[in-house]
Amino acid sequence: MGTLIEEIFSRKAGRPVQAGEILLLDVDYIMSHDNTTPLAIKAFRDIGKPIFDKNKIVLHLDHAYPAPNILAAENHRKIMDFVKEQELPYLFQQGVCHQVMIEEGFVTPGSILIGADSHSNTYGALGAFGTGLGSTEIGVAWVTGKCWFKVPETIRVELRGQTQPGVYAKDVMIHIAGLLGMDGGTYRSVEFGGEYIDKLPMHERIIFPNMSTEIGAKCGLIAADDETIRYLENETPAKGPFERIVPVNPRYERVLEIDVSALTPQVACHPDVDNVKPLAQVEGLEVQEVYVGTCTNARYEDLEIVANMLKGKKVNPHTRVIVTPASARIYKRAMKNGLIEILMDAGCTVTGTGCGACIGRHGGVLAPGERALTTMNRNFVGRMGSPLSEIYLASPATAAATALTGKITDPRGYLENI
Amino acid sequence: MSKAWTFGENMNTDEIIPGRYNITIDPLELAKNVFCEVKPEYAKNVQPGDIIVGGQNFGCGSSREHAPIAIKGSQAKCIIAPSFARIFFRNAINIGLPILECPEAVADITEGDDVDVNLATGEIVNQTTGHRFQANALPDFVLRIADAGGIVNFLKSNDIEELMK
Ligand code: SF4
Repeated sequence: MGTLIEEIFSRKAGRPVQAGEILLLDVDYIMSHDNTTPLAIKAFRDIGKPIFDKNKIVLHLDHAYPAPNILAAENHRKIMDFVKEQELPYLFQQGVCHQVMIEEGFVTPGSILIGADSHSNTYGALGAFGTGLGSTEIGVAWVTGKCWFKVPETIRVELRGQTQPGVYAKDVMIHIAGLLGMDGGTYRSVEFGGEYIDKLPMHERIIFPNMSTEIGAKCGLIAADDETIRYLENETPAKGPFERIVPVNPRYERVLEIDVSALTPQVACHPDVDNVKPLAQVEGLEVQEVYVGTCTNARYEDLEIVANMLKGKKVNPHTRVIVTPASARIYKRAMKNGLIEILMDAGCTVTGTGCGACIGRHGGVLAPGERALTTMNRNFVGRMGSPLSEIYLASPATAAATALTGKITDPRGYLENI
Repeated sequence: MSKAWTFGENMNTDEIIPGRYNITIDPLELAKNVFCEVKPEYAKNVQPGDIIVGGQNFGCGSSREHAPIAIKGSQAKCIIAPSFARIFFRNAINIGLPILECPEAVADITEGDDVDVNLATGEIVNQTTGHRFQANALPDFVLRIADAGGIVNFLKSNDIEELMK
């Protein structure tokens, strides 16, 4: 009996649990990447005990990969040596950690995943509990296989209606971030549901738990349903049967009801993710870079929207347009279906997979005074480079329209190809 | 006597310890520069057992552990705030830095007040104003981690299950 998070934790604890309780639970997978693994290795060595289960540890090189400088290269070296020393089975170097975790079948409904990355909330799209932790806790979990959690209260976001053409899940989530604010979900589980979510395909659902991090949430969850099972069975190697855990007579701390039918394209403006405006209010603002990438919006369908809008056209010659597919699997499919060629013909720079320009180390760093429109999830000051640059967040369609004009542009005038 | 040091709302991890000092994880080294931009006198004058009093959403920003490590390295006894950012909250507990949520106490305390905190009961007494406050008592497992000096030390001589006993 309870909210989705209470139901998930109750199964793991083997007894009914409620918000407020503190539990020590077994975790299914422990994720970390090139930025956070070195400190976890230090904690692990300090504890001085062996790894609990090598098959639960999943490492990624994605944040600054391939290494753009010597420091990053040393990090990678340290991690790869550790993988060899400990004979760890899972090291991935072909995409953004969260995308790869899902594609490789590590994320299944009801499972518990902890990650040394704040966007580990992403796994909630498949009805799993995913949350971000510091590196020390990752080292601790390597040794113990366990982690302590306080069962969080839940905010339910109930979404009704259907979006208009040109308006996407990203616009809806940016709108929610504006309503709840940057700390509106702190310590909370944010449960997304309602008829809008029910009809949404997985690649769009992922955006909601992914960006629940932006409102401070411990986790963002969507209950597993037919679409979840379809996705897992057809697009991942995960082995079923999959449990469909749903809320049962839940008691929510707060319910936010939103009808998405009249929503227009939204933009989260510099310098905060909750500085949200309808696109119309910032239309025409000049940008020097358009970046399509990250764990939020660089899946195949995102690239497809962009390619369809850019097909046979040229991007603005004074704008850098960078596309970073989230994973090798996505990249290959986009290549096979001609998307990469369309993007290149239009004048985009298509980079290797990974986090790319998202953290301002390589792949599209911003100069002082530059402004970027991106499909990312956060727009902290200086995130993509100079502290004097600005980041605006929007959907892939808005990014494509903006790439054509060099100014923030409403995608609804360019949808004829979609 | 435990002196209170007060800080504003949304104190982020970069204000606690700017990124350029994060090249070490030595607590004492980090403590030399803790709050260096928002309150430079803190690092010079803090005494062991002093208390940090923060605002709403203390420790927001990146998940780096350097921020709570720097505060612990300064030998502050604990942090009292109306609320903490989520990952900071966990990181603080795991490195053995006690944190208490108590908006009423924060509203009462001004910089320099003499404040007593009983970590086991959650009782906060502002000796300067004579007012008493009750924060939620810290769960036993948090006190166990704090007593051991952090979760890494705890695990050197215990199994994780012993946390919850
Ligand atoms: S793409 Fe950006 S937000 Fe996603 S994991 Fe990488 S750095 Fe983090």
